[in-house]
Amino acid sequence: MTCVHLLLTLVFAVSLGTPVEIQRPRGVPLTSIQFYVENKPFTCLDGSRAIPFDRVNDDYCDCKDGSDEPGTAACPNGSFHCTNAGYRPMFIPSSRINDGICDCCDTTDEYNSGAKCENTCKELGRKEREVLQKMAEITKEGFLLKQHLIEEAKKGQQEKKSKVTDMQGNKKQLDEKVEVLRTVKETAEQPEKEAKERHLKAWEEQKAAIRLEKDKAKMAEAFFVSVSELQSHAELDADADGTLTETEAQGLMGGAEQVDTSTFESVWPNIKDKYHSEVSREEADMSCLVSSEVPFGKMFFFFFTVVKLSAQKARDDFEEAEKALREMDDQIRNIEKELSFDFGPDAEFTYLYSQCYELTTSEYIYRLCPFNRISQKPKYGGSETNLGTWGSWSGPENNKYLLMKYEHGTGCWQGPNRSTTVKLTCGKETVVTSTSEPSRCEYLMEFTTPAVCQEPANTDLSPHDHEEL
Amino acid sequence: MGMWVLLIVLLCVSARAVDRSNFKTCEQSAFCKRQKELKPGQSPYRALLDTLELSDSRITLQLINDNNKVRLLLELYRLQGNMTRVKINELKPLKPRYEVPDVLISDPFTETLSVVSQDENSLVLSLGGKDQRLIVSAQPFRLDIVEGPQVLVSLNSRGLLAFEHLRARKDTISHKISSTVGSMWDSLKKEEDKPGMWEETFKSHTDSKPNGPSSISLDFSLPGVEHVYGIPEHADTLKLKNTDGSDPYRLYNLDVFQYELHNPMALYGAVPVLISHSTDRTMGIFWLNAAETWVDISSNTMMFGKILDFVQVSSEAPQTDVRWISESGIIDVFIMLGPKPADVFTQYASLTGTQSFPPLTALAYHQCRWNYNDQEDVKSVDQGFDEHDIPYDFIWLDIEHADGKRYFTWDPSKFPQPKEMLQGLMDKRRKLVAIVDPHIRVDSGYKIHNEILSKNFYVKNKDGGDYEGWCWPGNSGYPDFTNPEMRAWWASKFAYEQYEGSMENQYVWNDMNEPSVFNGPEVTMHKDALHGGWEHRDVHNLYGLYVQKATADGLVERSGGVERPFVLTRAFFAGSQRYGAVWTGDNAAEWGHLKISIPMCLSLGLAGISFCGADVGGFFKHPSAELLVRWYQAGAYQPFFRAHAHIDTPRREPWLFGPENTALIREAIRQRYALLPYWYQLFYNAHRTGYPVMRPLWVEYPDDVATFSIEDEYLIGKDLLVHPVTDEGATAVTAYLPGKGEVWYDVHTFQKHDGEQSLYIPVTMSSIPVFQRGGSIICRKDRVRRSSSCMENDPYTLYAALNSQGSAEGELYIDDFHTFNFEKAKQFVHRHLSFSANTLSSRNLAPDSQFSTASWIEKIVIIGGSQPSSATLKNADGTESALEFEFDSTLAVLTLRKPGVNAAADWTVILR
Repeated sequence: MTCVHLLLTLVFAVSLGTPVEIQRPRGVPLTSIQFYVENKPFTCLDGSRAIPFDRVNDDYCDCKDGSDEPGTAACPNGSFHCTNAGYRPMFIPSSRINDGICDCCDTTDEYNSGAKCENTCKELGRKEREVLQKMAEITKEGFLLKQHLIEEAKKGQQEKKSKVTDMQGNKKQLDEKVEVLRTVKETAEQPEKEAKERHLKAWEEQKAAIRLEKDKAKMAEAFFVSVSELQSHAELDADADGTLTETEAQGLMGGAEQVDTSTFESVWPNIKDKYHSEVSREEADMSCLVSSEVPFGKMFFFFFTVVKLSAQKARDDFEEAEKALREMDDQIRNIEKELSFDFGPDAEFTYLYSQCYELTTSEYIYRLCPFNRISQKPKYGGSETNLGTWGSWSGPENNKYLLMKYEHGTGCWQGPNRSTTVKLTCGKETVVTSTSEPSRCEYLMEFTTPAVCQEPANTDLSPHDHEEL
Repeated sequence: MGMWVLLIVLLCVSARAVDRSNFKTCEQSAFCKRQKELKPGQSPYRALLDTLELSDSRITLQLINDNNKVRLLLELYRLQGNMTRVKINELKPLKPRYEVPDVLISDPFTETLSVVSQDENSLVLSLGGKDQRLIVSAQPFRLDIVEGPQVLVSLNSRGLLAFEHLRARKDTISHKISSTVGSMWDSLKKEEDKPGMWEETFKSHTDSKPNGPSSISLDFSLPGVEHVYGIPEHADTLKLKNTDGSDPYRLYNLDVFQYELHNPMALYGAVPVLISHSTDRTMGIFWLNAAETWVDISSNTMMFGKILDFVQVSSEAPQTDVRWISESGIIDVFIMLGPKPADVFTQYASLTGTQSFPPLTALAYHQCRWNYNDQEDVKSVDQGFDEHDIPYDFIWLDIEHADGKRYFTWDPSKFPQPKEMLQGLMDKRRKLVAIVDPHIRVDSGYKIHNEILSKNFYVKNKDGGDYEGWCWPGNSGYPDFTNPEMRAWWASKFAYEQYEGSMENQYVWNDMNEPSVFNGPEVTMHKDALHGGWEHRDVHNLYGLYVQKATADGLVERSGGVERPFVLTRAFFAGSQRYGAVWTGDNAAEWGHLKISIPMCLSLGLAGISFCGADVGGFFKHPSAELLVRWYQAGAYQPFFRAHAHIDTPRREPWLFGPENTALIREAIRQRYALLPYWYQLFYNAHRTGYPVMRPLWVEYPDDVATFSIEDEYLIGKDLLVHPVTDEGATAVTAYLPGKGEVWYDVHTFQKHDGEQSLYIPVTMSSIPVFQRGGSIICRKDRVRRSSSCMENDPYTLYAALNSQGSAEGELYIDDFHTFNFEKAKQFVHRHLSFSANTLSSRNLAPDSQFSTASWIEKIVIIGGSQPSSATLKNADGTESALEFEFDSTLAVLTLRKPGVNAAADWTVILR
């Protein structure tokens, strides 16, 4: 242990083919060789003191910065340089010198421990080059794809922006149109309103009779259907917006306001699956009828059909316009929302928006919908668990687009809400490659996408053998 | 995972703290209640002096209870090393009463007890030594041990000797009793059955008690004593509290979920050893009984009957009274008469053995979590330590590693290649611990279960079927570890070919060995369960010891008797020190839990168990970065140093709290590694002598009353004083430095402080206040590497801290760090280092031992010295060489450069 070889002779076969001998203390990188001059006092690299040169690598720590013992474990804060010819040179903490564990692939860190190390630098170098090669190919292709994605995204963005501008113009017109139609509708509805009021009184008087009538009509109702009656059947609502509009009802009835027995036969198949029997809802219907603005009932259908027809067109026009306005608002909002996302410096992540990617493991199906949410569903049945909704980009300062954070998922027992970190790596495909739960209820998902592929540097894939020279 | 959640939800109504209603109070424990109804007063027991039988090794006498005429047999032994053993059993019990086996390392060596004098009411026996006498008073019966005019301890002086004799049930007794024993029967008839004698129900559990009442009790009075310690395990102060008005301290091994601090409730382990201390004397009482036990402590002033009127006492002197109550078995008590703390440790060690000498690696840092998820996880945590340049020796796997909680197996999807994983760790010279709990999944597809079943090794229920209870795997059986054949079989299961996937760098952790039974009374086994002929009631507190013993035996056997084992246990009993380490169970990430880890481990150390630690960071809950750092700093200076965390807590590997905290934790762990030579030497000494490694200050400063209640600082060995920071946001601590005329040196700054003062120490987040005693030499290995094995051949640095006389001494112990060769082949180096009159020398303490080490002396730091003009190293062969040195005059620190001598050699350094 006390006999530490002071100098290490390194023989390099440089490209010229001329052997060059370079002497330097063990563990010193070539870049520092000028500080270690044989037979001259060595000044600690922090300048704190000078010591005779024979105290360099004498297995006793003289310099506070550890610089006098680059090749021994004597200094707690020293570092050892391995050349690792054929692979990458590196520094290791000097505590790893002669600790019985092979750290440097060129075995130079274990010169006195009895550890049997094999020089694996060539093999490592070969593997690394293979990996780098592969990576470079992926990066190259990925980067091309990324350019494409950027173009698409920019085009899309531009389109969306101009679309929003257009729509905002259109919306103005639509606003005006809605106002005009509202006035028209209100005017047209006046007679209907009066008729309603007139008949409301009569309705009140005959309410009891209606009930009786309804009982009698039970058998007949299924084939004696009017638009208005159909409208009370929300279960028949086709677009699931909660109300059955007249238009929708008419649609169900093949465009007619009412149908007779014979035409009903053709309508019935459309509605029979959804149609709720009146019987079970009788009480509800009665109360509904009482408080209803217009007493729709079988007894009155004919009268109202006549009156309503006059107001109907105005109403339809108005509602249609209003609906169009609402839809336009929604569209504008959606596009604006999309435009507000941070899709990366060049909008390269835009294509992930409103997409979902799945990974099936032995137990679960994981589903990543970028910028939206992540979920986990047991493969063999069971309810879905929210592993987090889109939070933010959370990569390191120099590239925050390498990590996505999804937060506030389903709560854990005695623990936090579930959250997921998505790690993005460059790949040609857009795939979830793995998921794990490193800490309880904190998930980690690995995801490849061309969008993070960096522009390939003009990579020189030649081995690092000569880096030091 | 789903199942444990369910179980915990079912079991734990309150997630915040212990649900006290799950555990009995004395009032709810029928025998304790009955015993506590007996108040101090005249004892009904009378010694029949005419039954005296005297042999070389013992004296026997009969005692009679004048109320019921039941006779007891009293045995008195004088034991080597200044101890007295008092045994009391029924003279003719209806059936044998349980006597605890396997705890004493051998039959204690006896010495002759001779009768000094005898009259009609007393018998005076000589205990040898300094006028020590054992006085037997006949009516009322009491025992007094006196030294000259001083009473050291009195037994039954408060008349609380009570022996519930075994009896037949009354409804079956009347027709069996013949008229010829009528008088006997008359007295028996007077004994009313009391509630809970023949059956007892707690919550939904009924204890069938087929043997009826069997409890025992005895009181001890300690005149002049105000401080008593020991009887672990309790989450309470070091100095035991007066239990008047509260429950007695309870000793009954229990799995207590989220235990509370500062109360006398039972915890996972029990060591029925109480140490008393005053400036006059240190003594111990070892109550050898494995049944549920309660210990009452009260402070009184002395009161003596007239029979002791020849004894000098001041009527106002303080006195501590201790009363032990156990549910079954016999009275078998060892009174360790000291007189010094070290004597008590020696005495107790002579009875129950010493701390096992752990492999060095076990003293290093352990990284644990419930659970490291899979092989990949293990690998990445291992790499994390290297990436952050933090040393560690062991990574631990909790219950999730096994296939469906079938211990001795591996989860095939998470740990498909355990050997590959172990080899990976071995390549880094690191180790792994995998848990093996004693509950066995009842599953006909599980080999271990099937073998136990076929060998009929399970504990039986009261009806003779295999006892089954719920634990982690679901329905589980409990092997009868009290059965030596079962233990031998269990040990054989650790053989490499039996335990598939195991390797020599894999060690074992026994958890849940109280035993924990989720659906049992008080979360443990039914007392009427059967271990062969004995009830669980009799053996309960021993179960955990046997589990650890069998496991440790297995590890020794698998190596062919070569390697020292390392087994961690949660449950323990007197003697558990022989089998490995213990930890303080499922604590919480709270400052209070950090603080209590000190008195808890000190109490264990006093009771023989030195290898103690608390989960660093706290098991339950999520520690703040500050708490975690402080806990690492404290844990680095406690014997067993392991971080552990509950499965529901966020990850907390040392590098997850930002670079500053990573650096603080790294530094704390590095300090531990540098000090490993000192820890190792102390464990060697603990193994040799039974002295605790972690000591209350009073152990080394027995005359300094100011130290008697200190529990926020302690000594490691006798030379290091540690006062960890255990308060949130602390900016300073006040440490008491003991010893009049002594000096202490801050180990980080070498600053000198006088003894017998309270020192105000400003602290920052990096501060770990540690002081080296002036007069000591401590050996360190300052080249900290990634595991302790990597450091085995590294050189030592000697830190000699001089006392006011300018001298210092210390020891250095070296061996192969992992085998029994130190014992079997005397292969070790044990050096005495001393500095006086400007000469530092290394002398062989064990000339008949031999071991060659590659380690050498790289540096000698003399703290508190003066500047010499020269330093000369003299080797054993007479050669001399000059040593270079540096002297820091502001701190008076002299550093001798590179003596370079082998650590095993004789050498001298002379300063001129």
